[in-house]
Amino acid sequence: MKVKVLSRNPDDYVRETKLDIQRVPRNYDPSLHPFEVPREYTRALNATKLERVFAKPFLASLDGHRDGVNCMAKHPKSLSTMLSGSCDGELKVWNLTKRECVRTLQAHEGFVRGMVVSFCGTSFFTVGDDKTIKQWKMETPGYGEEEEPLNTILGKSVFTSIDHHQKEGVFVTCGQQVDIWDEQRSNPIRSFSWGVDSFNCVRFNPVETELLASCASDRSIVLYDMREATPLKKVIMNMRSNTLCWNPMEAYNFTCSNEDYNLYTFDMRYLDKPVTVHMDHVSAVLDVDYSPTGKEFVSASFDKTIRIFPKDSGHSREVYHTKRMQHVISIKWSSDNKYILSASDEMNIRLWKANAAEKLGLLAPREKSAVNYSQKLKEKFQHHPQIRRISRHRHLPKSIYSQSKELRVMKEARRRKERNVRKHSKPGSMPVVTEKEKHVVTVVK
Amino acid sequence: MAASNETMLKKPHVGKKRKPPTRYWEGTEKDGKNDGKKQKEGDNNEQTPQQNKTRTKEGGKRGGAGGKRGGAGGKRGGKLGKRAGGKRGGAGEKVISGKSDPFPGSALVPEEKLKKFKRGVKGELPPRPQYNLRDVVIRSEAASDLAQKQNARYDLMLPEDAGFLEGDKDEDTCTISQDDIADAVDITAGAKYFSLTLSQFGPYRLDYSKTGRHLLLGGRRGHVTCLDWQSKQLMCEMNVMETVNDVKWLHSEALFAVAQKKWLYIYDNKGIELHCIRKFNDVLRMQFLPYHFLLATASATGFLQYLDVSVGKEVVAICTKAGRLDVMAHNPHNGIIHLGHSNGTVTLWTPNQREPLVKMLCHQGGVRSVAVDKTGTYMVTSGMDKKLKVYDIRSYRPLQSYFLPAGASCLSLSQRGLLSAATGDIVQVYRDVWSTPVTKPYMAHRAKGSVWGVHFCPFEDVLGVGHGEGFTSMVVPGAGEPNFDGLDANPYRSAKQRQEWEVKALLEKIQPELIGLDPSQLSQVDHSTWEQRHEDRVQVLGFDPLAKEKFTPRLKTKGRSSSGKVEKRKKQVAHEDQRDVIRQTVEDRMKIDKERKEREKKEAAAAGQKSALDRFRK
Repeated sequence: MKVKVLSRNPDDYVRETKLDIQRVPRNYDPSLHPFEVPREYTRALNATKLERVFAKPFLASLDGHRDGVNCMAKHPKSLSTMLSGSCDGELKVWNLTKRECVRTLQAHEGFVRGMVVSFCGTSFFTVGDDKTIKQWKMETPGYGEEEEPLNTILGKSVFTSIDHHQKEGVFVTCGQQVDIWDEQRSNPIRSFSWGVDSFNCVRFNPVETELLASCASDRSIVLYDMREATPLKKVIMNMRSNTLCWNPMEAYNFTCSNEDYNLYTFDMRYLDKPVTVHMDHVSAVLDVDYSPTGKEFVSASFDKTIRIFPKDSGHSREVYHTKRMQHVISIKWSSDNKYILSASDEMNIRLWKANAAEKLGLLAPREKSAVNYSQKLKEKFQHHPQIRRISRHRHLPKSIYSQSKELRVMKEARRRKERNVRKHSKPGSMPVVTEKEKHVVTVVK
Repeated sequence: MAASNETMLKKPHVGKKRKPPTRYWEGTEKDGKNDGKKQKEGDNNEQTPQQNKTRTKEGGKRGGAGGKRGGAGGKRGGKLGKRAGGKRGGAGEKVISGKSDPFPGSALVPEEKLKKFKRGVKGELPPRPQYNLRDVVIRSEAASDLAQKQNARYDLMLPEDAGFLEGDKDEDTCTISQDDIADAVDITAGAKYFSLTLSQFGPYRLDYSKTGRHLLLGGRRGHVTCLDWQSKQLMCEMNVMETVNDVKWLHSEALFAVAQKKWLYIYDNKGIELHCIRKFNDVLRMQFLPYHFLLATASATGFLQYLDVSVGKEVVAICTKAGRLDVMAHNPHNGIIHLGHSNGTVTLWTPNQREPLVKMLCHQGGVRSVAVDKTGTYMVTSGMDKKLKVYDIRSYRPLQSYFLPAGASCLSLSQRGLLSAATGDIVQVYRDVWSTPVTKPYMAHRAKGSVWGVHFCPFEDVLGVGHGEGFTSMVVPGAGEPNFDGLDANPYRSAKQRQEWEVKALLEKIQPELIGLDPSQLSQVDHSTWEQRHEDRVQVLGFDPLAKEKFTPRLKTKGRSSSGKVEKRKKQVAHEDQRDVIRQTVEDRMKIDKERKEREKKEAAAAGQKSALDRFRK
């Protein structure tokens, strides 16, 4: 007779002393782990619920301005530094880790219209309603020194926006025309205009650094090459675009925020139709900024909300609002992809988390793996109705909720009317115009 | 002088010593020769000797260890070795020293191990234009392949092997007595064969906890006791002074349920009565679904009831309309309850449906006992017709049918698929009842009284038998799963670990709505019909977006809204949406007719000659 009976030595399964960690022998045999899928589903459901529970995106409010904040600028080298300019011409430099203002200066008479930190981070430029471009040192002046600009250029007309080249000492302003300036000269090295008298935003392409794009008040978006004497092409839309932002990773794409409540992502090469139309705002969109990964962007609107859109999705994944936040004028996504800064009418700058439910600070390795695991589970079961319902649910202020409902009804009515007209007109005389095509009037080269 | 000495030294002993011994994996002569050649090349290099020496030593050691393991592992190890050897011998990568690596690449994993960890089937890749989806599918499949391989690799290294019992030549294993086995094995394993003489309050029903550490005994005449059976430590003992029909551990060893004469009671492991659940009366049998925290009870009044033990609420009470329910089992794979009835049928139930999912006619007489294996593939039933039948419950087909002269009263399946059947006072254990027709039992044992309940202990080679004279713990080699999972059911867990496990388990409690025949259905694509999707949409929107608006004629003046006129106007728009379709079909039909006529004409022309009768044709 040959016999073997299971006889385990407890020493192999129990820790030796209390100082050791517990032993956990594993056996991954699927038959020992029944209900794999329902259990994972339950975990995913719990993770989704917890995500909504922990979704507290608002971090801090930076107050100190004495008028509405009109523009902001990121520092290219320092994550903790941020600049803001207000409607009374005051400029503040903030330390974001301490959440306090480190420097205040009276930059302009009237509005600070735009500002930008040069690529090396040692100085910054501001433009204002007093028709000047001023260059300032980044360092705080020493004791007894006066706050004085390094350089002041007096222009002929009001400048509305400014942007700096990525690699060279060149910057661009816009106002009545688009001017390209050398940092060392007091006259523009090049000026572009194309039949309009007012531009409101100009941006350098972050990758193809000689290219730039501007939004004009005649509803057009114009593309330029800095090396050429004339603009490249422009697209005219139904309504005016307020600002635009290039995608930092796919730099042939840019997104513009429009007065018609939508944002449009264009491919620079094919301007006749936007790649994506991003809807959800219920009022004019005032500003847009891309995340440094180029996967998402954030938009600020007149409807007192901020929305975060995935770059290829037509609807937002997130909406932020508070009771006190008024019309959001300027928005920035921080360079570490973690925070969002919004500047609004009521003199405050707000700091938000880019991922509402994210835990800030260092994570322990086990914590990190748990987060990754639940993330994966949420992804796996995202289409299940129960989970989708919970993860999509957002609370909206009543006014915005009812307004968006109203807009939906209006849109539906328009669609129905169009359908009826098509039904009763000669076949072919009413071609179907897609949502993307609807908003572009023409492309001029 | 020095130089010549060096050469003298170098030539003889290093070269000879470094000839490698032949290894078992070097199947062919050729490979060995090749290795030798490479070594000779290595000799010329003045730097290498020292290194090479250490290398061969290491190799030797490694080989030895491998050999040992191969011997101990028996069948499995041998197979692996052969497979691996075949491939490795040929491809040898050169390392810096000029030798070839005898183990290039990662070790192979046997096919059957891989198969064990396979989940689902690989589908087709989506077509090229859907490149995003395609990419996702490719990535996730690669990840699951990797996981499968790693799992299989881990499985090779599990520490424990399953037990077995082999008789000598011409010796049946069923003739080996428990005493012989207990003598033959080590002292701790031998101590697992014991009997408790409890002749006063029997016969006994029993239950092992999920980890297999704790035993719960319930005597017919009210004696309830629970103990840590390995250390023989008594946790509580009491007499409830009532008939006890069944006892069951709940999710941990802290709580147990007792089905007494009238009501269902829940006690803690000190014997303190926590709840008397008056909604559950006349319970005869109980089953606990550990992942759902559901206690399913079958009562003498024909009710199947589910109690959610995490919140203490009755989930559902189903009237089975099948009389007294005293045969019950649950499928550990999908959580479905099997009930056996006196008319020979077995019915399958979920808490989500008032009707049985499946009704199977299994026996001529009544069903005496049902058991389901842990993979949810096989069901074993025994009936009053003295038959023991094995069914495949994926396709509901009978696989085997055995005739037991005395008939089996209690059945139980072990983790590794051994079947115990109690016939009168004899407990028989069968092996492989579903694959091949079995003629002899694997083991047999005579209990002191007639058997009332049998239960295999999880993760141990032990079969608990409750009978009229008390309880017997039998040693059944090869019954239990040798390697447990520490995060699921750990027999050696501490109190702290148990508490943590309890919290985790409660967090991932599966809702009773998810119980169904196929537990993996949640992960499959729901190809719902258009109607279903439309219905959902209507429910979400609150109205039907595709519904036709009813035409209400506008009120017109000057006699134009007389009922006749209104009817006329209604007729104008009636079936408007169908008109296009009708028009189209009519056009199509006319077109087809025309074509047919033309074809006939042509054919007639092609036929050429006119027959005499053509003159009558119009």
